[in-house]
Amino acid sequence: MTRRTLAKALPPALVALAVLAPFLLPAYKAQLTFLWIMIVFALSWDILGGQTGYNSFGNIVFFGVGVYAAVVVQIGLFHDVAAYTAAAGTETLRFTPQQYFIGLAAGLIAAPLLAVLTALLLGWALLGLRGHYFAIATLGLGIAAGELAAAWPYLGGSSGVQVPVYPGSLESGRLLFYFLAAGLGLATLFALGGLYRTRLGLALNAIRDDEDKAEALGLHTTRYKIIAWCIAAATLGVAGGLVAHIIGFVDPREVAFAGASYGVWMVLMAILGGKGSLWGPVIGAALFHAMRELFWTYLFGWQNVAMGVLIVVVVVFFPTGILGWLRQRKPHWFARALPRAASPEESAP
Amino acid sequence: MDNLALLLQAPPLALQLVIDGVLIGSVFALAAYGMALVWGVMNIINVCQGEFVMLGGYVALYLARAGLQPLLGVPVAAAALFPVGWLCYRLVIFRIVEQDLFVSLLATFGLGILLSQVMNQVFGANVQSLDPGLGSWFLFQGLVSVSIMKAVACLVTLAIAGLLVLFMRRSRLGQAVRATAQNARAARILGVDTGRIYAFTYALNAAICGAAGALVLMIWTVQPFGGLIFTVRSFMIVILAGLGNLPGVILAALGLGVAEQFVGFILGAQLQIAFVFLALVAILVLRSRWLHRQRRYLA
Repeated sequence: MTRRTLAKALPPALVALAVLAPFLLPAYKAQLTFLWIMIVFALSWDILGGQTGYNSFGNIVFFGVGVYAAVVVQIGLFHDVAAYTAAAGTETLRFTPQQYFIGLAAGLIAAPLLAVLTALLLGWALLGLRGHYFAIATLGLGIAAGELAAAWPYLGGSSGVQVPVYPGSLESGRLLFYFLAAGLGLATLFALGGLYRTRLGLALNAIRDDEDKAEALGLHTTRYKIIAWCIAAATLGVAGGLVAHIIGFVDPREVAFAGASYGVWMVLMAILGGKGSLWGPVIGAALFHAMRELFWTYLFGWQNVAMGVLIVVVVVFFPTGILGWLRQRKPHWFARALPRAASPEESAP
Repeated sequence: MDNLALLLQAPPLALQLVIDGVLIGSVFALAAYGMALVWGVMNIINVCQGEFVMLGGYVALYLARAGLQPLLGVPVAAAALFPVGWLCYRLVIFRIVEQDLFVSLLATFGLGILLSQVMNQVFGANVQSLDPGLGSWFLFQGLVSVSIMKAVACLVTLAIAGLLVLFMRRSRLGQAVRATAQNARAARILGVDTGRIYAFTYALNAAICGAAGALVLMIWTVQPFGGLIFTVRSFMIVILAGLGNLPGVILAALGLGVAEQFVGFILGAQLQIAFVFLALVAILVLRSRWLHRQRRYLA
């Protein structure tokens, strides 16, 4: 089989796999749902981090905005949010199934919109910063957002918000959110695959390779960076709305603005797979998710320590990732299939 | 906002906040000096700075529980953290010294997460503190109280800073560290073992953080996940002061301490953390805007 037929056969095969997976492995439906979310995390981080060379630790902000936007819009359409959050979980909301689904759809539309708006504002303020200063500023941003949400009584403060319960059976709810997550993952993957082949993708790679030269050639670099961040924000916003429903509870620091877990993991997954490529983050996310499940099963109690070790080991010993390593070993496999993977020297100006 | 009115009615309260801020800020200066040292010599932004501080606090806490005089915990914690820093260098940091700054940023961030998780596992997630029982001075008919421990912490900080400056200026090792910071290649040609200097610098930084941590334990609290905010404070102070500017570091640290006290008092302790992180973002953005106008970049 040549590479071209492989490339043609891959998307339909992936879609078929995504559709069949929950029926083939019904016991692992929850893990599979989260796998798609992880893939979205890694892919969306890689837009700015890998392709553009701007490493952000703060993309979790858009996720958190999506989480809160989806939940607040869904509740707010039919109920009083402030009264509900003030009751802190003692009050259960009653939704008819119709109300629930209208609210769900509205929430999942509002989430990316609000996230993109946040990205526009933050991008305008922050994307003039270069390299590691941008990284550290975004690190501060993620934690500040969590603390602000925890101090805002309308959003339930630090005690969080209980997400409305799915009206149907437990099983159908799980299946629904699996397919929503899988749909988001596949849509992100294919959309980014198309996007990286356009002029926008070239512009982003040009910024990564040499921002000053790109600017001298007439690219509005800040504008491109903001566009890239907005795309990441949109996908993360939807992911946030889905995760709120999958977990069923919103905590400001542990779920919505979980900078030390999801926020770092999305960076790690992209690096593990090979940043600056389309498939690297997907591979990284799958591998990382499997490792994480193993840690949780076999190292219970010490799983977070093991994650810390994993971060250090991957970053220090394996910075080019799986695809980067394969590129060095088997360059002919990659003749034109992938955009150039960023080597560490090239990623920062 | 009620507290703002209170502040205007009773000016001595403002004095209280300023004194607390200055005394706490001096401890920030210690951690910030360590960060500037590592940054200047090794070109690494050490994101696990705060975790070293917390670890120093735990060392002092357990020694005090074992019967050691709390103030003696400061040098002992420093001595205990020195080999920890050396080990971190020999295991991880030496692989990233020559690499891109983002790699070191992420690696030390990962190291910080690892350290905080280990501390959480070993020491428990509780917030810990230690009162050395030195009491307080009262001014203005008891309206303003100055904790003697905080004053002692400030003096200890000044003493450590003075010792460090003397060490850097006078000793051969200190001179070698400064030479490596100025030009690592030239220093290597002239016979300085830069690898050892890096290891020493990193370990010295850990020791400084350990001393700061023992002080933080006595004037404030330590907890496994409380490290990152100290890192951010240090980073902010170094950015404000610039590298290799000790008076600037101290001034910025005191300013930050005072600002935090005021924000914590007026807006509530809950927003104090948010303030620190937002101030970091604001400082970076404003500074970069200011440099942009001169056609320069923050780099």
